[in-house]
Amino acid sequence: MDLSRRLFIRNGVATVTFGIAAPSFLTAIADAQGIRTRNLVVVYLGGGNDALNTLISYRDAAYYSRRPSIAVPAGQVLQVGSDAAGQAMGLHPRLGGLLNIFNEGRLALVQRAGYANSSRSHFEAGDIWGTANPQQSTGSGWLGRYLDVLPRPLDALAAWNTTAETPRALISGTSGVPAIPNASTYTYASPNRGAAATQERTAAQTMASNPASGRPHLAFVNSTALGAIATLDRVALATSYTPTVAYPNGGFADALQTVAGAMVRGIGSRVFWLQTGGYDTHAGQGGGGGGDYANLMGTLGDGLWAFYSDVRNQGLAGDTTVVVFSEFGRRISENGSAGTDHGAAGVMMVLGGSVRGGLHGTAASLAPGHPTLENNSGDVRYETDFRSVYASLLDQWLGVSSVPILGGDFRAGAPAIF
Amino acid sequence: MATVNPEIDHLLRRAGFGVSANDVDIYRDMSHTRAVDYLVDYEGRPDDVDERMGRPDHALIATKDLFAPDIDIDDARQRWLFRMIHSRRPLQEKMTMFWHNHFATAYSKLAVDSGERQAAKMLAHKAGTLRGPQGQIELFRQYALGNFRDLLIQVAQDPAMVIWLDGQSNTKAKPQENFGREIIELFTIGVDNYVESDVYAAARVFTGWNLRGSDDYRKDEYGDLNAYQEFVYNAGQHDTGDKTFSFPVYSNGGRTIASRSESAGIQDGIDLITALATHPETGRRLARKFWSFFISDVHAPDPAFVESVATVYLQGRTEIRPVIRHILNSPWFTNPEMQFARYSWPAEYVIRSIREVGWQNFSVDKVRSPMAAMGQQLYEPPNVGGWPPGAAWFSTGTMLARTNFAATLAASQKPFLAATVTPLAGTPQELLDAMLVRVTPAPLDLLPRQALMSYLAAAGSWTGDGEQLNTRAAGLARLLIGSAEYQLV
Repeated sequence: MDLSRRLFIRNGVATVTFGIAAPSFLTAIADAQGIRTRNLVVVYLGGGNDALNTLISYRDAAYYSRRPSIAVPAGQVLQVGSDAAGQAMGLHPRLGGLLNIFNEGRLALVQRAGYANSSRSHFEAGDIWGTANPQQSTGSGWLGRYLDVLPRPLDALAAWNTTAETPRALISGTSGVPAIPNASTYTYASPNRGAAATQERTAAQTMASNPASGRPHLAFVNSTALGAIATLDRVALATSYTPTVAYPNGGFADALQTVAGAMVRGIGSRVFWLQTGGYDTHAGQGGGGGGDYANLMGTLGDGLWAFYSDVRNQGLAGDTTVVVFSEFGRRISENGSAGTDHGAAGVMMVLGGSVRGGLHGTAASLAPGHPTLENNSGDVRYETDFRSVYASLLDQWLGVSSVPILGGDFRAGAPAIF
Repeated sequence: MATVNPEIDHLLRRAGFGVSANDVDIYRDMSHTRAVDYLVDYEGRPDDVDERMGRPDHALIATKDLFAPDIDIDDARQRWLFRMIHSRRPLQEKMTMFWHNHFATAYSKLAVDSGERQAAKMLAHKAGTLRGPQGQIELFRQYALGNFRDLLIQVAQDPAMVIWLDGQSNTKAKPQENFGREIIELFTIGVDNYVESDVYAAARVFTGWNLRGSDDYRKDEYGDLNAYQEFVYNAGQHDTGDKTFSFPVYSNGGRTIASRSESAGIQDGIDLITALATHPETGRRLARKFWSFFISDVHAPDPAFVESVATVYLQGRTEIRPVIRHILNSPWFTNPEMQFARYSWPAEYVIRSIREVGWQNFSVDKVRSPMAAMGQQLYEPPNVGGWPPGAAWFSTGTMLARTNFAATLAASQKPFLAATVTPLAGTPQELLDAMLVRVTPAPLDLLPRQALMSYLAAAGSWTGDGEQLNTRAAGLARLLIGSAEYQLV
């Protein structure tokens, strides 16, 4: 359990100042910190992404011999040059949008990201990436701890979770992150419709504005109710956004469009959390650069390209960083059902108008026996500690010290992504 | 309808899950002390609530294909929620929740270790349904008002706890401190009353406290449901050396658990648990937690209360029943200032709402997801420290989840609400008064009362006819249950 959470519980009292922040006040704080409009958009690929088919070592003969039915043909990969070890690499053919960003120098591909003794449990591995603690993966998350160190009062929409359940990464000792899986239905529910529903909301707002003198605990609960109502309007503002590009269909692109709307409308959120699933590809991944895995890549690449293009058109690319991760990579050799089982290190992607693009780290050499492998050469051994990427995002992008948040100094060895 | 008198209402909010219409007849003529005895001596009432699942006039259970609360965690949640609504022993369910928070154990880690079905079974198996030990929550139910020392011994040997705090890897070669630390720091005497060396010594005390699987046990989803894991004392893994503590372990003041043979070594743990349970700071720590749970988490614990409760605890040889009876009859509890001076936990909030507004055609499965959004998923506390208490339950997101649950519930009860208030709703004021008998928030100041009257006035000229009542009775219920005042208990 993380330290701040323990202390919070031990003391038996909420030591936090709760309140509702006026947006102008927040803006003032943000201005003072010089990070007024910076956003971090976190994209979680749920299920364990097959990184070896995302960023492909297309000249490694072992890639083809170990994946006879699911390897992407060399002629189809989208070449991104060679890494520091001289391995020629290419993106999956359905990641054309990401290739564009790479060619603009704004996509960093961090190869072999992970940690020692990688967990093969979806749940535990997800918690490890969430807490940034492979030893003790319960308690608060790394982004939650980031929210904990922000000045008070913390805006209710400082972070915006586009999924229904709060991921481990966003669990905070002091703040609840609103879960807004569908911004257009993030509304004040009513048993009635029409005028009666509107009148209910008016009544609720008036009730919550009662100062409740002499009952500070009641005043506090009222403040959260008022804050919720205020949040509703701001979320609605984001949903009224008309994008500058056509986003693809689907939930992931819808969520990205809402995030762009929140940014353009100046809602003030610093952190957005998105998830796109289906990556637990144990069977039938598809071969020849097509099939199920190609569809996943298309959803990811097309969505991110639309988002990146949109925020760039809005002049916000330089204030936006997107980080893409999954809880683990997958095995090198395909299994008996033309899929891949849970593996170890994977690829992290960081993109945005302020990102220093390129191939970071080195690819594994996939022939059995090579030291870049582990688990009897079944898995890719990690090279870059994922926490060092978190450290760069915290120190260099969000402007807070990563050391207390990550419970250690991971700055050394971090890829130069900014 | 759902109010007896302010004192009994207060008692039932704290020692139960609020007043339902059925309770009014039971408690109407009881004195406070008599009502406390009725709640505390709950063995006088049958534990028949599970048999009433599926009966008319009860909340519904949602079933996918088969209702399997002994091996499916979502079904286990439904069973517990149903019990909270309908048990004739509300204090037993309330204390079960208290212990679930005190010994906070999360399903998710067990599922990683043992698979989902075995994890659910370890938490929620009702003894006798399948082979194997009863689930942890049944242990808490059994010991709800039992002896705390005995409960601690049971918890230390509970398979879910052994997995949760890594007892399986606590060996004499590599003592694992997780359980040793938490039993001292969180379950008994608390921080500032021990030193780190006590934790190491405690870890050594519990070496060899492990699990074994039944012959047919497999750690996956497809094993035999009758397979199980159970506690075993693995003598060969027990550290037989002396263990010395900074506090007395024995009544003669001795601080050292002397070396024992491997075969007798399990007694080390019994000695330490007995010492921890009877440590004066354990009584005080439990007293402070009981203060927050039964009296107030708005007001800090009164030191006189803490000493008084700790004394009853120790004099009663760690029995909990006399402690709770003492608390509920105490002047601190009956002090009118303590009414509504507590933040409701999500479980308390949703169950009280259902008991006051109604449960007709309402499935308890509709409660699970909103409760998670409110921050309390049963069987999934955030960590071993339990749920963060008091004000920490409330944020904009959790408050929105609460008010939106109020809307869901009110919508589901629309026709029933209208039908019950029809004869009482000749004017908007009468409707509000009738609804405030049924739904009981903390006292409303003038401003919220005016807001509610304005809401009714917005209906136009008052006819009290079906459609108007349908709309406004449900709207009022939603506003009252979704109000800040209603979040206090």
